[in-house]
Amino acid sequence: MHAEKLQHDFEPKIVAFVCTWCTYAGADLAGTSRMQYPANVRVLKFPCTGRIDPVFILRAFQKGADGVLVSGCHPGDCHYMAGNFHARRRFAAFRALLGFVGVDLERLQFSWVSAAEGGKWVEVVTELTEKVRAMGPMKEFKALEDEEQWSGALNTPELREAFESIT
Amino acid sequence: MSRIGVFVCHCGENISRTVDVERVAKEAGDIPGVAFSCDYKYMCSDPGQNLLKKAVADNNLDGVLVAACSPRMHEKTFRKAASAAGLNPYLCEMGNIREHCSWVHEDREEATAKASDIVKLMVERVKKGKSLAPITVPVTKKALVIGGGIAGIQAALDIADAGHQVVMVEREPSIGGHMAQLSETFPTLDCSQCIMTPKMVDVANHPNITLYTFAEIEKVEGYIGNFQVTVRKKARSVDESKCTGCGVCMTKCPKKKIPNEFDQGHGMRTAIYVPFPQAVPNTPVIDRQNCTMFQSGKCGVCQKVCGPGAVDFEQQDTLIVEPVGAIVVATGFKLYSIERQPEDSPIQGYGEFGYGTIPDIIDGMTFERLASASGPTGGKILRPSDGKEPKQVVFIQCVGSRAREKGISYCSKVCCMYTAKHTMLYHHKVHDGQAYVFYMDARTPGKGYDEFWRRAVEEEEAVYIRGMVSRMYQRGDKIVVMGSDTLVGVQVEIEADLVVMATAVQAQDGADLLAQKLGISYDKYNFYSEAHAKLKPVECATAGIYLAGACQGPKDIPDTVSQASAAAAKVMTLFAKDQLERDPVVAKVNEKYCVGCLACKKVCPYGAVEEREIRDRQGNLVKVVASVNPGVCGGCGTCQATCPSKSVELDGYTDEQIMAMIEAL
Repeated sequence: MHAEKLQHDFEPKIVAFVCTWCTYAGADLAGTSRMQYPANVRVLKFPCTGRIDPVFILRAFQKGADGVLVSGCHPGDCHYMAGNFHARRRFAAFRALLGFVGVDLERLQFSWVSAAEGGKWVEVVTELTEKVRAMGPMKEFKALEDEEQWSGALNTPELREAFESIT
Repeated sequence: MSRIGVFVCHCGENISRTVDVERVAKEAGDIPGVAFSCDYKYMCSDPGQNLLKKAVADNNLDGVLVAACSPRMHEKTFRKAASAAGLNPYLCEMGNIREHCSWVHEDREEATAKASDIVKLMVERVKKGKSLAPITVPVTKKALVIGGGIAGIQAALDIADAGHQVVMVEREPSIGGHMAQLSETFPTLDCSQCIMTPKMVDVANHPNITLYTFAEIEKVEGYIGNFQVTVRKKARSVDESKCTGCGVCMTKCPKKKIPNEFDQGHGMRTAIYVPFPQAVPNTPVIDRQNCTMFQSGKCGVCQKVCGPGAVDFEQQDTLIVEPVGAIVVATGFKLYSIERQPEDSPIQGYGEFGYGTIPDIIDGMTFERLASASGPTGGKILRPSDGKEPKQVVFIQCVGSRAREKGISYCSKVCCMYTAKHTMLYHHKVHDGQAYVFYMDARTPGKGYDEFWRRAVEEEEAVYIRGMVSRMYQRGDKIVVMGSDTLVGVQVEIEADLVVMATAVQAQDGADLLAQKLGISYDKYNFYSEAHAKLKPVECATAGIYLAGACQGPKDIPDTVSQASAAAAKVMTLFAKDQLERDPVVAKVNEKYCVGCLACKKVCPYGAVEEREIRDRQGNLVKVVASVNPGVCGGCGTCQATCPSKSVELDGYTDEQIMAMIEAL
């Protein structure tokens, strides 16, 4: 009955930042309903999408995430009344900024998944995983990991030497 | 260095079937800071919890991670166990390796790797966790009941009888809801009004119940034990304190031809009216849309004839603020309409039944009114078009329900039973008439229900035809019903005098808007979601809010009454305490770094952030900082993500914890 598992050359790491009231509960419902989706996603629970600092997304990319999903309650359904509206504004601006610095925005997805939408959670996760899998690993920010604290790339031998002398 | 204990649960086979729990436990043991790790068949069982307690004591653990089901399921259980073992409960966390892992993945290798990752992340979270003390808040021992149907009435009476104050808010001019409209109820055929109206009167006369009819919820603020609810009392145009309910105004009102909503538009009422004779309160209301005085400024007859001078055309809406400790939502249902819907609507009408344009195709509630002694026909079954007694009546079940192509996939639960009841009522009133029922399945679970249905079929001569109706149209004064009998395998055509459709039960209009005000969740049909389908069927995920009746999903009267009493019991449990412990997940300001920009104040949805002045000993102002009132803070953390100087922090979700989790990815 189980479908033959497909072998992929590359398995992306997907990090999901979700709110506890809607999307986390929706993911729980997907579990209770025994739906199936790719095992690439790691879920981090927050009280509200409003709590999610854009820095977390940058850090996740830096720490090896190939795709990031941020998901919360539908507009108007926020358990805290307005947290998801703040999140929406914040991420609209942040997304534009990420695009500006050259990140492929296909790697970063925002969605609304309610506590009753187990099926939608499965769809969103599956879709993002497949998309990112096709795109290959996210290298840009991982390279930066070595150069943390540096404002520019180590593109001259002098800089490289100076960097190595202090690490 | 932390000393953390990791406990990996098999959940019988639920987790261990796809996740190699032994490997997860072993790998957890290698994480720096983990002093103890093991796996166990059922962590939530008594021996499992004892295992946890013993391990904490034996290994001197300072934090616990239980990798098992969702924290929404058993976080409380394990925090209690950790607390019994002498740990701070907030140093006990759960890794969700069941709902988020073993149940959704099939590949053992992948699922095990993911489970290990989840454990790794959560261990970091526990490591950076802080001991938190629960916050105690006082409980306002007054409940709000939204909706005055049988669910709301039962809940309100139970709570009020226990000695607590209750505020009931009803949108319509009278309480009673749908049950007041019914003629007789299944499976005993007792008269609905006879059992309903005494309860309505009890509500009105109860010393502990404050009743607001013709009122709606405007705003809800606060949290469990301490809600502030603003009620909009719509302008009734009649002063309730003066009106004696004599009814002269209604007899004199010149506008007499307004279709009565209570009779599904089949009886007539005046512009100043009470919805039905037994209405509670028996105070009329002026329908401003249809009142000549309001539309043209000339009339005022009701005011002239009113002895006590209760009619007040100048009356305005009033807002009333009520502090309450708990809320019971009992807003009920509405019935599906076969009328044409907008193209983009997820729910579609029935073009094959004429989109509601054929007058003798009615819904079940209209039939209830026709059969009711207080209805527009005085209890005679007469069809709407020409007032003749119908001799052939076709009943159609599952109109809208279980019809995915129309946008509703659920079963409306009550229709099989009330259609059986309708055939009986019809048979009792029209002895030479014949009832036909088109049905998909006869669903009759419930005490005495199947016997009742069998009686309709075997003794009351209703002809049940298993199949659906494909089309209906008017031919002369008859309605041609074309359907199929799937058991015999033939097409059926019946010339009916009257058609009664058992239309789907839907969530009440505006149910989503009310949910948004209350901060509770709802499904795609706008029915309210309970916290747990099996173990918390009455509670909402939002603490202090409880559900009763059909606002949660289709329900019959016994189920509704049971749930209403259950909701009342939950409210009474809450009110049994003077002080309530609440989750200490609240924001705190680091005054050293706060620059007083108050960006947090602007984004706080609770108004929990205040300005605080810091002064030196001479009383000179040193600086202004933000300060969070922990009693009001809801714990969303929007302030923390907004703060430019990172000087406000949400306990339980600190930047340090989250960063540590991301590092462990």
